[in-house]
Amino acid sequence: MPEDKPEQKPASPPPPAAGEKPAAAAAPPKPAGEAAKPAAPAKPAGPVPQPWESEMVTRLRNRYGSGIDPKTYLGQNYIIADPSIVYELLQVMRDEEQFDYCVDVTAVHYPQRKEKEFDVIWILYSFPRNERVRVKTMIKDGDPAPSVAGLWSTANWLERECYDMFGVRFEGHPDLRRILLPDGWQGFPLRKEYGITQQDSEWVKINLGIESGQ
Amino acid sequence: MAEILKSEQSASTVEHIETEPGVDKPFLDATELILNMGPQHPSTHGVLRVILKLDGEKVLNAECVIGYLHRGVEKIAENRTYTMFNPYVDRMDYVAAVSNGLGYCEAVEKLLNIEAPPRAQWVRTILTELNRIASHQLWLGTHALDIGAITPLFYTFRDREEILKIFERYCGARLTTHAFRIGGCQYETYDGFEQDVKKFCDFVTPKVDEYETLLTTNRIWLERTKGVGVLKAQDCIDLGVTGPVLRASGVKWDLRKAQPYAAYKNFEFDIPTGQNGDTYDRYIVRIAEMRQALRITRQAVDSIPEGPIMGKVPKVMKPPVGEVYHSIEAPKGELGYFVVSDGSTQPYRVRVRPPSFVNLQALSKMVEGALVADVVAVIGTLDIVLGEVDR
Repeated sequence: MPEDKPEQKPASPPPPAAGEKPAAAAAPPKPAGEAAKPAAPAKPAGPVPQPWESEMVTRLRNRYGSGIDPKTYLGQNYIIADPSIVYELLQVMRDEEQFDYCVDVTAVHYPQRKEKEFDVIWILYSFPRNERVRVKTMIKDGDPAPSVAGLWSTANWLERECYDMFGVRFEGHPDLRRILLPDGWQGFPLRKEYGITQQDSEWVKINLGIESGQ
Repeated sequence: MAEILKSEQSASTVEHIETEPGVDKPFLDATELILNMGPQHPSTHGVLRVILKLDGEKVLNAECVIGYLHRGVEKIAENRTYTMFNPYVDRMDYVAAVSNGLGYCEAVEKLLNIEAPPRAQWVRTILTELNRIASHQLWLGTHALDIGAITPLFYTFRDREEILKIFERYCGARLTTHAFRIGGCQYETYDGFEQDVKKFCDFVTPKVDEYETLLTTNRIWLERTKGVGVLKAQDCIDLGVTGPVLRASGVKWDLRKAQPYAAYKNFEFDIPTGQNGDTYDRYIVRIAEMRQALRITRQAVDSIPEGPIMGKVPKVMKPPVGEVYHSIEAPKGELGYFVVSDGSTQPYRVRVRPPSFVNLQALSKMVEGALVADVVAVIGTLDIVLGEVDR
């Protein structure tokens, strides 16, 4: 009785061992909106993202229509938004939906996904509502993402780190430069093509006076 | 030359040194001075470099230069299996390694859609709270040392040792414990674990009062901390600052209550808050948190349920394709893990949302207009660990 977590009420048996189905594509389009929480047909592949319905989603959908795609997965909600509207969406989330705390800004690199290599993710939290939501957009390598440093000051360093690691440029950032790596460093280490032992050997040679930093 | 000085002056924000036309400037003009603090400075608690722009002794601006301890933890995660990466997280916030492990294990458990058995949840809660006390003790000792009080360091390190002994007896390690595994804890509690923890609680409760007798009403301490590094609630939220720093500014928010994890919802405890958001309030909040942690530990150790300590997890962990974000209340604030799985044995991406990194960003706002000596106090009060800032 005491140990079950609050968010995971549905007792969906999830044998995760053999799960290798591409879940993102398999989400069945279920337009009829109710809670959408119970993990639907028990597939051996484990839970798949379900469409997410709530009052907020209805409000946002009225405004953006098909520009947003709200989903829920394992009790966590996220919105996939079109890059063209994502800044406005984040602004609305802050000003009208009370998401006053930007937890994190980060990215994921999918080099095999042509024309949209990067997922940029904003994790938001609302103190008044005690609710967490992720906003996600997909951008092409080289395209900028909108900077939200003007909405939440905390995004300043978070975006700098994201740029440092992925080379994702944030348009409108007041001071976009490297933060963890040295200024003159070449390459973006968290991209998939960057090897784990790879380094900017020229930088190492010039600044450390050695052949290899390993 | 005088003209250059003058033009520099008018460009700066300093107004009170504007002289009337015709009057000669004083010999020692209070123009801006750049002071480089660190990366090797005893009060930066690691390798942090702060570039201070000064007007006399007043700080006009501060800029942090970080990354000296960058090891690429997130990159390493992508090249290890879920289980193999577990010990690495201990090396981020190395004074609260248990919390790091808890956050990571729970995040992966969520991705696997499993839960640790109740007994493991209880043991996890006890160890995490003990670690919170240890982390706050280390913070108090070093913070007071920075400000000039040497004695608290000896007191807190003496008592912290008892916690480390419990860790050592439980899992063999004192600091980077790797105490938890995905799906539970690897080790059953040793014989006499409960007694040890209870004995420690009884031992340390009067010691916390003792720390207070050293500092709480100490006049030098009050002078150095009251009204120093004020951060208002609105600024905290805007800057994403969490943990004791946020609570000291009056926001009653703690993830253990807001979104309970492990076994926290079974225990009674309060969320201590401050009002002014200054260095003194943060000290009071952390002291009160130690007491609350003892309260939780006492309740937990009296009610450890029977049962297995390790849940059923697949031998080869292959979480289904998907992504989760899970965060816990680490001693320093919200510690989050964003884990993306592509269905293989290795995480596709692990993003760590480090509380120290985000809290450190508030430094420049907190020291604006303060004195150089206050910078030391503010770095101490933020309670950062550079291993976690740089990862």
